[in-house]
Amino acid sequence: MEPILFMLFGAIAVGGAIMVVTRKHPMASALYLILTLFSVAALFVLRQAHFLAAIQVIVYAGAIVVLFIFVIMLINVPENRLPVERATVMRLLGVIAAGLLILETALLARRFAMPAAPAADSGSVQAVGRALFTDYLLAFEITSVLLLAAVIGAITLAKKKI
Amino acid sequence: MMEPSAYLLLSGILFGIGVAGVVARKNALIVIMSVEIMLNGVNVAFIAVGSHLGDPTGSVFAFMVMTVAAAEAAVGLAILIAIFRLKETVDITELSVLKW
Repeated sequence: MEPILFMLFGAIAVGGAIMVVTRKHPMASALYLILTLFSVAALFVLRQAHFLAAIQVIVYAGAIVVLFIFVIMLINVPENRLPVERATVMRLLGVIAAGLLILETALLARRFAMPAAPAADSGSVQAVGRALFTDYLLAFEITSVLLLAAVIGAITLAKKKI
Repeated sequence: MMEPSAYLLLSGILFGIGVAGVVARKNALIVIMSVEIMLNGVNVAFIAVGSHLGDPTGSVFAFMVMTVAAAEAAVGLAILIAIFRLKETVDITELSVLKW
C-alpha cells in the first residue's frame, strides 16, 4: 500500500511545486503551495510521523500560506505591473541547476545503505515530545528566542515610521 | 515499510524545483515561496531517514526547520512590505541599492 500512496502524493507534491514556480500571478502560486504542503503532510503520515504531519498542516498550510495570501492582497500589485520575467538564458540556468541537484541526489539516494532499526515509535507526539524536552531542551528554548526575535523584527519592519 | 531511497529522491526533486524558482523568478513573493519548497524538501529527507532508523531525532530536526521557516517567512514578508511602501515594486532586479 505504501508505494502506491507514495507515488500518488509524491506526484502531487512535485506537480504542485512545479506549478508554484511557473505561475505568473503569486496568488495562483500560493494556492498551489497549499497543495504541495498538504501532500508532503500525507507523506509524513506514510512515514508514521503523525505529530509532524499535524504541525505541517497547522503551521504551514494554516499560518504561513495565510500570511503569504495576506501580503499578496495587502500589496495588491496590478496584473500589468507584475515583474516581467527573466530572459530565457536565466530560466535555462535555473533548470540546469535544478537538474544537476536532482541528478546528484538521485545518485546518492541509490547508494543509501543504513540498516533499518526494528520498528519503533519514532514520530508520535509522545516520542517527539520526550526527545524535544530531554535531549534537545536547550535547542528548543533557543528556538523560542529565535521566534521572539522574528516577532520583534517583523513588527519593527512593518511599522510606518521606524 | 519502504526503503528511504525513494523519499530521498523526492526530497532532492523538491529542493531542485525550489532552487530553479529562486534562480529563475523575479517576483519576490514567488522567490520566498520557492525557499519554503526547498525547506519542505529537506523535511521529507529528515522524516524518511528518521523513521527508517526508528529515532525521533529526525522529527525534532524537521520541527526546528519548520520553526526557522516560519520566522523566515514572517521577517521576509515584513521586509517585502517595507520595500513595497518605499519603491512600489516586488521585482528583485530593481532592488539593487546594496549592489556595487
